[in-house]
Amino acid sequence: MARRVSTRRKAITTLAAWSVGFLIFFPILWTVLTSFKTEAQAIADPPLFLGFDWTLENYAVVQERSDYLRFLWNSVIIAGGSTLLGTMVAIPAAWAMAFVPGKKTKDILLWMLSTKMLPAVGVLYPIYLIFIQLGLLDSRIGLVVVLMLCNLPIIVWMLYTYFKEIPGEILEAARMDGATLREEILYVLTPMAVPGIASTILLNIILAWNEAFWTLNLTAAKAAPLTAFIASYSSPEGLFYAKLSAASTLAIAPILILGWFSQKQLVRGLTFGAVK
Amino acid sequence: MATQHSRAAARLMMAPAVVLLLGWMLVPLIMTLTFSFKKYLPLKGGDLGWVGFENYIRFFTASAFWPSVLSTLILVGGVLAITVVLGVLLALLLDQPFWGQGIVRILVIAPFFVMPTVSALVWKNMFMDPVNGLFAHLFKAFGAQPYDWLSQSPLLSIIVIVAWQWLPFATLILLTAIQSLDSEQLEAAEMDGAPVLARFGYIVLPHLARAITVVILIQTIFLLSIFAEIFVTTQGSFGTKTLTYLIYQRVLESQNVGLGSAGGIFAVILANIVAIFLMRIVGKNLDA
Repeated sequence: MARRVSTRRKAITTLAAWSVGFLIFFPILWTVLTSFKTEAQAIADPPLFLGFDWTLENYAVVQERSDYLRFLWNSVIIAGGSTLLGTMVAIPAAWAMAFVPGKKTKDILLWMLSTKMLPAVGVLYPIYLIFIQLGLLDSRIGLVVVLMLCNLPIIVWMLYTYFKEIPGEILEAARMDGATLREEILYVLTPMAVPGIASTILLNIILAWNEAFWTLNLTAAKAAPLTAFIASYSSPEGLFYAKLSAASTLAIAPILILGWFSQKQLVRGLTFGAVK
Repeated sequence: MATQHSRAAARLMMAPAVVLLLGWMLVPLIMTLTFSFKKYLPLKGGDLGWVGFENYIRFFTASAFWPSVLSTLILVGGVLAITVVLGVLLALLLDQPFWGQGIVRILVIAPFFVMPTVSALVWKNMFMDPVNGLFAHLFKAFGAQPYDWLSQSPLLSIIVIVAWQWLPFATLILLTAIQSLDSEQLEAAEMDGAPVLARFGYIVLPHLARAITVVILIQTIFLLSIFAEIFVTTQGSFGTKTLTYLIYQRVLESQNVGLGSAGGIFAVILANIVAIFLMRIVGKNLDA
């Protein structure tokens, strides 16, 4: 039963919670607002909140100057490709571990997780070297593979925790009715697993989209995604706040929207089931 | 029940994931380990032969080593302290009933989805800039001298940026944990006249202990390899050179692969020490 709370107390909590929420969100809000200002308005003192002439000029400049769409396309390919590839490898593995657990299943799961904890900088040069030898430097396919491997442990884990919740009896019933392994997976398991698979894909697209070690170090001009696009704004040149804001808004908007859909899965995905 | 047949099939289905991850782990790691015992200068002749532990000795005795350890500890410790304390407070607040819970939750979680290069650049320029940043305007409005955040307190500035990114994560996990607390227990304590602080200290905090541990361990692993935030703000100058950044500079900027690899092996060992504790908790939960 929910605790009963006086209206006054609820009003105070509401005020406090909204204030804190606004404060935490403020840098994002400020960035979005600034992106619609002119450069002069962007640095006005006192700062302008809403009373300025809204303009889309910065967006046009950013697209023209740094070719936003090309970076966006790279981000989409890299984040989407690595996630899909990872999911295809992970689904059978997670299925096997959830429904045909053996003595070693737990060890394998924990070992997979431990590979996620390798600090990337420790293997930077070997990967760099391998990339040079295979001609993968500054290629999208190279990054797709690296980010797929980076996130594979999380994908396997998330899928495993979702599959675990599907009652095994249903699968047994299907088996008794004479379903083959293939039919069992395709017609019984998959429909039940779709929501879990969807959330896994969503969270991993976000993680890959924001990954900023490999994407910064293994790309130059051709395959650079949005993380590198923004990094190119790190040396200031004259008045550039409004343009920086427009570029930032463009880089985070797609994933912010996806992120809000996936917030419920975040806890499960990032704590590996240690907190429920 | 698992038959012989399905067990073989299961092994086959796991194989691709296991083989890929095994390769991803072993191949680069063995290469790094090999390089760490070699004089390896790609721009000055490449592989110049074995040198034993010389790289390790040089890495650990270099004047940049201890400062980088200190910077790393301050960065990780500072971010953990801020995110855990504020995270607990925020989780307690958001757990109370109020209007618009869904929207506030979305506002609070948002920074987690902002890519590191964006949040670092936005904070650096639009908030912390000593001339045009919002903080400078704010200071001036109160008649104070604007503060040049990134050159006067560079490490603190980076801590603030990173803490802002990770606070949502801590809050969300702690909130999830608080919501699983049995409210009857709290009500009973309230009826028995336990004051708010006692209720927090004896019921809520112990209940949160495991979630806090998990937050600390997972964040530590990610925070140890903070890179982009330093890359686009200070480039490792002014005492913000963490271990990760130091190794990165050794390997890619000065192209001393042997030396950098020795540091890399050290970073791997360090991360593994943290990982062992996390694995224990996760593993225990797996049995339950």
